[in-house]
Amino acid sequence: MRLSEVMMMETVTLTPKAQPDLYIDAENITPDAFAGKTAEEIAAIHVHEGNQTGLLGTYFEVSGKGGATAAETKIVIKGDVLRVKYIGMRMTAGEILIEGSADMYVGAWMEGGRIHVTGNVDAFSGTGMKDGELEIDGNAGNYLGAAYRGDWRGMQSGTIRVHGNAGSDIGTFMNGGTIVIDGDVDVHVGTHAEGGTIIVKGNGKSKIGGQMVKGDIYVFGTIDVMMPGYVYRENVDLEVDGTKATFAMYEGDMGERHGKRKGQVIYGHIYQKY
Amino acid sequence: MAEYLIKNGFVFDPILGINGDKTDVAIKDGKIVESTALSNPKVIDAAGKTVMAAGVDIHAHVAGPKVNVGRNFRPEDKLFTYEAGNGVKRMAGGFSVPTVFRTGYLYAKMGYGTVMEAAMPPLYARHTHEEMRDTPILDQGAYPVFGNNWFVLEYLKNHELENVEAYISWLLRTTRGYAIKIVNPGGTEAWGWGLNCNSIHDPVPYFDITPAQIMKGLMEANEALRLPHSVHIHTNNLGNPGNYETTLETFKLFEGAKANNDFGRKQVMHHTHVQFHSYGGDSWGNVESKADAIMDYVNSHDNMTIDLGCVTLDETTTMTADGPFEHHLTELNHLKWANTDVELETAAGVVPYIYGKNIKVCGIQWAIGLELALMAKDPMRVFITTDHPNAGPFFRYPRVMKWLMSKKAREAEMDSLKWAEKVRDATFLSGIDRELTLYEIAAMSRAGTAQALGLSSMYGSLKPGLQADVAVYDYNPETAEDPELIEKAFGNAAYLFKGGEVVVKDGDVVSNGNKKTLWVDVKVNDNPQVRRDVTEKFLRYYTVTEANYEVNEKVFMKNPYRIEVDATQ
Ligand SMILES: [Zn+2]
Repeated sequence: MRLSEVMMMETVTLTPKAQPDLYIDAENITPDAFAGKTAEEIAAIHVHEGNQTGLLGTYFEVSGKGGATAAETKIVIKGDVLRVKYIGMRMTAGEILIEGSADMYVGAWMEGGRIHVTGNVDAFSGTGMKDGELEIDGNAGNYLGAAYRGDWRGMQSGTIRVHGNAGSDIGTFMNGGTIVIDGDVDVHVGTHAEGGTIIVKGNGKSKIGGQMVKGDIYVFGTIDVMMPGYVYRENVDLEVDGTKATFAMYEGDMGERHGKRKGQVIYGHIYQKY
Repeated sequence: MAEYLIKNGFVFDPILGINGDKTDVAIKDGKIVESTALSNPKVIDAAGKTVMAAGVDIHAHVAGPKVNVGRNFRPEDKLFTYEAGNGVKRMAGGFSVPTVFRTGYLYAKMGYGTVMEAAMPPLYARHTHEEMRDTPILDQGAYPVFGNNWFVLEYLKNHELENVEAYISWLLRTTRGYAIKIVNPGGTEAWGWGLNCNSIHDPVPYFDITPAQIMKGLMEANEALRLPHSVHIHTNNLGNPGNYETTLETFKLFEGAKANNDFGRKQVMHHTHVQFHSYGGDSWGNVESKADAIMDYVNSHDNMTIDLGCVTLDETTTMTADGPFEHHLTELNHLKWANTDVELETAAGVVPYIYGKNIKVCGIQWAIGLELALMAKDPMRVFITTDHPNAGPFFRYPRVMKWLMSKKAREAEMDSLKWAEKVRDATFLSGIDRELTLYEIAAMSRAGTAQALGLSSMYGSLKPGLQADVAVYDYNPETAEDPELIEKAFGNAAYLFKGGEVVVKDGDVVSNGNKKTLWVDVKVNDNPQVRRDVTEKFLRYYTVTEANYEVNEKVFMKNPYRIEVDATQ
């Protein structure tokens, strides 16, 4: 049997009804939690509003049902969920489509599957991401794809793509994976990175690649202030996410400890498009 | 108060010499009594279960400023660990540096009733007591650190032992402390100069005395003061390949010394987390276990006790008053580092550490911790600890017990190490067939620790008259074969009685108990010089006044429990 014959995709639709007074923590809005459940069972799943425990069904009209597994479950959220945090947290497979904007921590620590947001997301989206895909049609807030506070193990793998702008501190302590921002970014990009790729197609500000020991940052637009710990090496012709161009290649951050491979010191790289 | 009769359990009590016999345990008015003293007891059926006195932990870092630095600078340690409040329990979380609530709950779930905070910086005694006050259930005490204290160094340099004694008396009373802790004697003071004392004969900068003189002097003062506990030592050169020689040299300082006290304590010196002090070789490439040499010495000298400091192969947070060591560690693992100097007294550092199964040295450390216990001839002198959280979190004790009680379990762990064969080559563990009995485990986790702390009249046994701290574990020693049952049972006590009250039932905390904080009030002859020196040091050097230094027990303590000693003779 082919995979397509085995997989039976089911869709759960969540339509926001009551706006919570406080913000709700909805780490259970995941294909993993919804799999194998009926609409009624899904409506009975817990969410937290402040220190009170409530039910998903209080805030959403639930229709459809979960698939047999997370991979066979798609969740569609109809409209803005500006007071809902942690959608898709730690999901391992399946799909979430948010037709609107969401609050913080969308796809935080996600391990697989795909999240697509047609509006904006607030801070900490894709925090500690291990794998999977996160696509934002609008803007993303601060700390996109960054490590959790205190942790030195940030984004490991997977892809984050933002079609608008992103805030500050994206990709902090990044270890792997790719973040692509079509628009501009605020300060602190790839701070402490030990791997991974960040592509900024708009403009950067300052503190790009600060304390980065390994990894690649591409900036297509301007950089207000280059970190003093970076040294220009050479011009290189590259194709980056479909764009062919000449880039100025810098190595750094010279203020940091760097590993070696085959006798060669490994640096972080910043590539700025001409 | 309710009366209880715990019936038909398999009782293990090294003090009473009960080795698994089915014996009833009677509780009345918070104490253990003869069963004939009961009139209308509630009967607890312990048939098929193991019954012991509640556990007594002699060394863990569970309260105070460096523990809190660990909590503050490791938010990631708390991630996904929080549990909402439920019943009598408050919200609690954290892994290697849990909140005070989680600390109390998890110890209670393991059937522990008493936990000693192993290093209290005197200047921050108030903070330490505030945290202990807020730690539910557990009886606690804290050891102020003395080994780098300017008063001690000056008096010892001048051979003024009486002044050392008077100062210890003053400090224990002022900080509501329990015992004399010594951490990297002289080395932590040297760290203030960017230096260290790597051997017990390295002179301390400015003070010009040696770690050996500090340790020996404090031991003599301890015995002159007739304190309940002995000096509690973490010697120099911790965590370095080849350091077992420093450890043996330290042990030898106490040769021939005799304990002097009215508390039933037999040792003159307790050395803590000996695993970190038992390394051979001269680099991380050839480091090897010297547990054999260490235990040969310990086994043949009954005036000392040790605890293990078992590595549990977890991600954890190291924290110690051994400031230079933490700097050394952050240079090794490149993880974040906190460091502080505590004026006139000590220092501290904190660094996260991952004991990985794919790192050879971590496997060797894991093996050494277990070897020390498995080579012990007298389990009343060798105690189970993980130097929480330095070698692993305290809630792994049930796992350590499983490894100690089952060769099969530790071989399975050994086989799961990436460098199993290299670890085997550098250690003795796989060649040891011994499996500890529950009787020996009871000695290493309650009877022996209570005795070494000078608290055998309160804890560690089920002898009538003792505080009714009793643990019941759902473990049948006659039928249990799967070693996993050990870990499960000892991590989820069927019952914990604390002061005669049920605080844990079926692995769940049902009461916050009525914790006590123990401290030692040792009376010495009036010593005007020390009084004058204290006043002068506060005026000249301390950034706080004497009045803002002392621990007011009404404000900072819950149920202070004063242990009086008269050393005026
Ligand atoms: Zn310790």
